[in-house]
Amino acid sequence: MCGIIGVIDKRRQCMDGSSIRNSLAMMDERGNGEGAGYVAYGIYPDFADSYALHVFFDNVHENKPVLDKELERWGSVIHDEEIPTYASRIKKVHTPWRYFFKPDPGLAPERNTSADDLIMHIVMSANSAPNGILIFSSGKNLGVFKASGWPEEVADLYRIQDYKGYLWLGHNRYPTNTAGWWGGAHPFNLLGWSVVHNGEITSYGTNQRYIESYGYKCTMFTDTEVVAYLIDLLVRKHGLSEKMAVRALAPPFWNEIDRMPAKEQELNRAIRLTYGSALMNGPFAICVANEHALVGFTDRIKLRPLVSGEHGDRLYISSEEAAIRRIEPHIRDVHMPKAGEPVIGRVIA
Amino acid sequence: MTIGSIPLRFKVEIDPELCMLCGRCVENCSYGVYRMEGDKIRVNSRNCVACHRCTAFCPRDAISIYEKPTDYRSHPVWTREIREAVFNQAKTGKIILAGMGNVLPYPMIFDRLLLDACQVTNPSIDPLREPMELRTYIGKKPIALSLKEYPNGDADLLTKLSPNLQIETPIMIGHMSYGAISLPAQQALAKAVSRIGTFMGTGEGGLHESLYPYQKNIIVQVASGRFGVDINYLERGAAIEIKIGQGAKPGIGGHLPGEKVCADVSCTRMIPEGSDAISPAPHHDIYSIEDLKQLVRSLKEATEWKKPVFVKIAAVHNAAAIAAGIARSSADAVVIDGFRGGTGAAPVVFRDHVGIPIEAAVASVDAKLRQQGIRNEVSIIASGGIRQSADVAKVICLGADAVYIGTSALVAMGCRVCGTCNRGQCAWGIATQKPELTKRLDPETNAVQVENLIHGWTLELAELMGAAGINSIESLRGNRDRLRGYMLDEGLLNVLDVKTMGA
Repeated sequence: MCGIIGVIDKRRQCMDGSSIRNSLAMMDERGNGEGAGYVAYGIYPDFADSYALHVFFDNVHENKPVLDKELERWGSVIHDEEIPTYASRIKKVHTPWRYFFKPDPGLAPERNTSADDLIMHIVMSANSAPNGILIFSSGKNLGVFKASGWPEEVADLYRIQDYKGYLWLGHNRYPTNTAGWWGGAHPFNLLGWSVVHNGEITSYGTNQRYIESYGYKCTMFTDTEVVAYLIDLLVRKHGLSEKMAVRALAPPFWNEIDRMPAKEQELNRAIRLTYGSALMNGPFAICVANEHALVGFTDRIKLRPLVSGEHGDRLYISSEEAAIRRIEPHIRDVHMPKAGEPVIGRVIA
Repeated sequence: MTIGSIPLRFKVEIDPELCMLCGRCVENCSYGVYRMEGDKIRVNSRNCVACHRCTAFCPRDAISIYEKPTDYRSHPVWTREIREAVFNQAKTGKIILAGMGNVLPYPMIFDRLLLDACQVTNPSIDPLREPMELRTYIGKKPIALSLKEYPNGDADLLTKLSPNLQIETPIMIGHMSYGAISLPAQQALAKAVSRIGTFMGTGEGGLHESLYPYQKNIIVQVASGRFGVDINYLERGAAIEIKIGQGAKPGIGGHLPGEKVCADVSCTRMIPEGSDAISPAPHHDIYSIEDLKQLVRSLKEATEWKKPVFVKIAAVHNAAAIAAGIARSSADAVVIDGFRGGTGAAPVVFRDHVGIPIEAAVASVDAKLRQQGIRNEVSIIASGGIRQSADVAKVICLGADAVYIGTSALVAMGCRVCGTCNRGQCAWGIATQKPELTKRLDPETNAVQVENLIHGWTLELAELMGAAGINSIESLRGNRDRLRGYMLDEGLLNVLDVKTMGA
């Protein structure tokens, strides 16, 4: 099951988290109270140039000095603080912390390392070591807020209504792969990329082997994180557009390709040959976001629901129309995208 | 003669109540078990190899064949087979030869791997209702694509793709040469692969003219004897395969005895009639990996870089590192032939004791290529011991792109795995060049049987994939997550990178 929602304002007009909280709560039937989360873009305008690292510490006194030292090795921390939390029914099993961090790529051992690569290295190595540290959000001017609980409870824990962003993703979880632990809740994030996902990826083993041969490490015991890494590889490292990346992850069937005009056929065949191991199988509906765009798509035979709607400057993508209508009761432009066909919303300002 | 005669391997009995003296057994047995004496059929059980040609053609089910009718004193160390091998060599002083694959009872890893299926959390997919894609491309793939994308959604492909073979099912037929098997057998295989949309290998015996109509589904082999190799041969093949080694006899060459080199074989192999065809152990122009690279590139140059070039090696202990070298040689696919692979003739000591199983070899080759970031440089073709569709699914989960089958295709043509291919007396007309035997094999009928077999396996593969919630074979490839080990030891689980059942 699981319920997902994504919304983007094309002119970067900010919305606070209260409506997304209510929208996600509309889909409580799709969750079971063991995990929920939000990501919002544009929430840290004062630190827009720094990477905002959101971290769960198992034990802040023991684990934090380790991460502090590691960060000092690779750059400078502009500011850090505990992420404010408020009384809620949720038992706080981790201490959420945020760092605003500027890496210095000159300190990296390999030449031509970009700031993004360095951050990726820090995230992957911190998360794969048994050190009580989980960096679950690492982009600029954005942040993931998640925990085990119902969406309303998680929202109240962080007072999500206090954050204002132009792009939001939300997720209401019914866990199957891993019990409800905080790290397992969605969204998953790497650098600018965030993902929420409803479904199960039957090709996970293949995708994991593929992505791990490019230096990514799957550490969160769930199939969703691999989507964030695949998108990062295809878009950031291989330079494909979001549309072509989605084409690689959920490509047309061969019998469709065989009927395409020659040039298109050649292109789609090349995509399938090159990115066969990135093809995602199994039932899924996914929303992926970066600071410029929101993309929603499903598996090739649409075994999970996905609807999209447009109203004014805003594009909504969700598992259920009801969740969109909770935010925008009078929305008229609602669509059901076809299997594998991406819905893309971009900022124009 | 101090050893005396060795106990019978098989005992043949004819039930006189059922026998109607039709003489079909006498006609069909090419090993001289039966002879008609007046109104009686006499039996010489000592000649029997249990090829079952007689029982298959007896219209009254009158014939029974029993294995090992005489007991030895049982002994855990000095088994019957060990003792008989000693007798044999004490008499002859020679290397013992035999046909088919490994006969020692090593545990089958395939039979200790279990496949997965979906329940509740993800739906299984019904191949009768939903598309199920088994199409596979064999060859080099780019690591990344370079596109020029336009605002209107159009895109130009800037990356140039290497030639790939397109197959509609990941099952191909491996290399069995004309010489090792008969021409009608090769013709049956060629008809079958061309109808299915897959490929077969010529083996090292050249390409007979009668196979030219099927050449776009044929992979031509270049082995150490270079039999039948000229530019015409290379240009006719859909792909070219360099054979370095073979699973049944890693590290040694081949020997087709002169008596099998009939006029037609001599023309196809381009050697004198009646002369032994000897393939040396190494290629005499390949003494290192850089020499292999030169041969790969020479073959490509000769065929204007239009054809994929495969390199076949036997699965040996260091297969992973060797495959990584091959992946860097400009080759397009590496064929790994496991130690259960069949053969026309091999020394028993090699067939049974040298090399490793295909399951472990594919797992380690795939892991090594991924570790070095060169998995896209080559396709992996697994061969040697693929007996059924489940084996195909499992070896693809371990990382193979496709498989070669050999023995199972021969069994589909009647072969009973009697293991005496080396004698050239095959009663089924498969592993022989004797005209009176080869004419028994009708290419058309046997093509249908081979086609049926591959079709049946393909349907089963589609069902297995659907049950696992996968509708494209790419998502099965290397998906070790969908395998579990059934009482495999921890060391092997680590090599296979597979979890134990229940985990």
